[in-house]
Amino acid sequence: MSINTPNKQTSHLKREILVRLIRAYLGDNFEEDVRLIPFEMRPKGSEVPFRCCIHKERAILRDRVIAGLGFDIEEAQDSELLSDLAAKAVKREQPEEHPLTLLQTACNECVPARIHVTDLCQGCVARPCESACRFGAIKVVDGKSRIDHEKCKNCGMCAQVCPFQAITKIIVPCENACPVGAIAKDEDGLTKIDHEKCISCGKCVSACPFGAVHKKSQVIDIIKHIKAGEKVIAMVAPSIMAQLPCTPKQLKQAILQIGFSDVIEVAVGADVTTKKESDEFKERVIEGGAPFMTTSCCAAYNELVEKHIPEIKPYRSSTGTPAYYTAEIVKKEQPEAITVFFSPCVAKRREAMQNPNIDYVLNFEELGAWFVALHVQVAECDEAEYSQDSSAQARNFAITGGVAAAVNSLLDENEKANAYVINGLDKAGIRDLKKFAKNGKCELGNLIEVMACPGGCIGGSSTINSYKQAAKQLDAYVKSSPDIKEIVK
Amino acid sequence: MAKVNVKVCLGTTCFVMGSANLQELIELVPRKYGDQVDVAGSPCLGLCSIDWEFSKAPYVKVDDEVIKEATVEKVLTAIDKKLGK
Repeated sequence: MSINTPNKQTSHLKREILVRLIRAYLGDNFEEDVRLIPFEMRPKGSEVPFRCCIHKERAILRDRVIAGLGFDIEEAQDSELLSDLAAKAVKREQPEEHPLTLLQTACNECVPARIHVTDLCQGCVARPCESACRFGAIKVVDGKSRIDHEKCKNCGMCAQVCPFQAITKIIVPCENACPVGAIAKDEDGLTKIDHEKCISCGKCVSACPFGAVHKKSQVIDIIKHIKAGEKVIAMVAPSIMAQLPCTPKQLKQAILQIGFSDVIEVAVGADVTTKKESDEFKERVIEGGAPFMTTSCCAAYNELVEKHIPEIKPYRSSTGTPAYYTAEIVKKEQPEAITVFFSPCVAKRREAMQNPNIDYVLNFEELGAWFVALHVQVAECDEAEYSQDSSAQARNFAITGGVAAAVNSLLDENEKANAYVINGLDKAGIRDLKKFAKNGKCELGNLIEVMACPGGCIGGSSTINSYKQAAKQLDAYVKSSPDIKEIVK
Repeated sequence: MAKVNVKVCLGTTCFVMGSANLQELIELVPRKYGDQVDVAGSPCLGLCSIDWEFSKAPYVKVDDEVIKEATVEKVLTAIDKKLGK
């Protein structure tokens, strides 16, 4: 399975930094210990695994630490000491607005995306490349095909027809992965994220082979509240139950052990979402005659709608996300509590930023790092009961098809939705959505579930477990859970 | 011939640092080697806490040999060596 197979070395590096940062913050000498992280990871005389010399290794590690501290790498001055930044991180009142930042010194000077004729070209007689090109951009010169890049539109037709497979498309992985054209090299060859366009789906984070796209962590902000003895409540996304080698109840105990005062499943909110969304489907599509409705629980999809497909808004469900209802319940009961959403992805940070009931977002990698820093063995934890139960259908929101299936479970036989699932947002899926909105119809179904990550939330860019194992683990939990009709009356 | 014994550490540290992606070994190894090799996931082997060596996780043990920063590739190579391949 290709989904969610992380770039192991890059995630290993990023997680190692998080562990060291958290340990430093929980220790007595935070600022100095943070300053030392690059030196501890690459002590004098150590191997230089990735870069030209130990100094560049350390310089890049320093920049990665900046993202771990929650700052923008591009904005930080080269002359600023990590110890000063660490002090600044602790004083910060608000996490930064945009969740992604680029580490330009780690960013390889990837060759700009283009079509390239390799040495395998035989300068054959048939020359299908010449006849396939609709722009007159490829000609055989001196026995080899040559591309005129002024004319070439990068369509790749020549590569498709070459009998020797001698023509290749060179891609820039982040640009190629981004479904909305928000990340690209500028005239100076430096990669930049256009935050006006970015939907925080996190695909560039997973795609970059140099690990140059970083998530700005809020882990210091969260620990600060815990250290201050405040009541900090963990709201854990359904996908978390598939992440670590332990039972859901052991996971709760482990989270309590690192200092949270309570743990609530976001599946509780997913039950509310399911109820409202199935009522809405009935009202809009079955009774109101609307051609289709899309789901509204994926944060990256919601950003996509706001920034790129506003015309689909009338068709998107107006129901809130599971995180929205969970946070509402928690803040209503305990307005003084600090709420932290435990997330499989980057996009939820944007959602949290727009929702005053969600104070912070901690992703699964950061939670894992926190456990490592404190030597918590999740498999050895006792079991702690959740105070509020949730349904099998709600817990299954984490996997593609789960949301639509949940909505259907509350609809009568003759009202069932015909679900169409967009399993991972890409350029083609976005074109489809635009088409459905423009034509006001969708031939493929009347309930469109959109999941930005292939496989759903358990395929998210900040997950720990491999997809196949995660799906198995989630399924076991779902199977042991009560039916939604026992929870939602 | 004695069987080769493979233990994939599934303690929290190893799991977070990468053994989540080594779980495929538990299915792959029996398919590849039949009953010449025993393979299983294991609770924490205690290797990460020696001198706080978490950065070298995930760990896998092939008989008595400890593999640091284990990958599927490294483990299969070690098994081949044990089997004299």
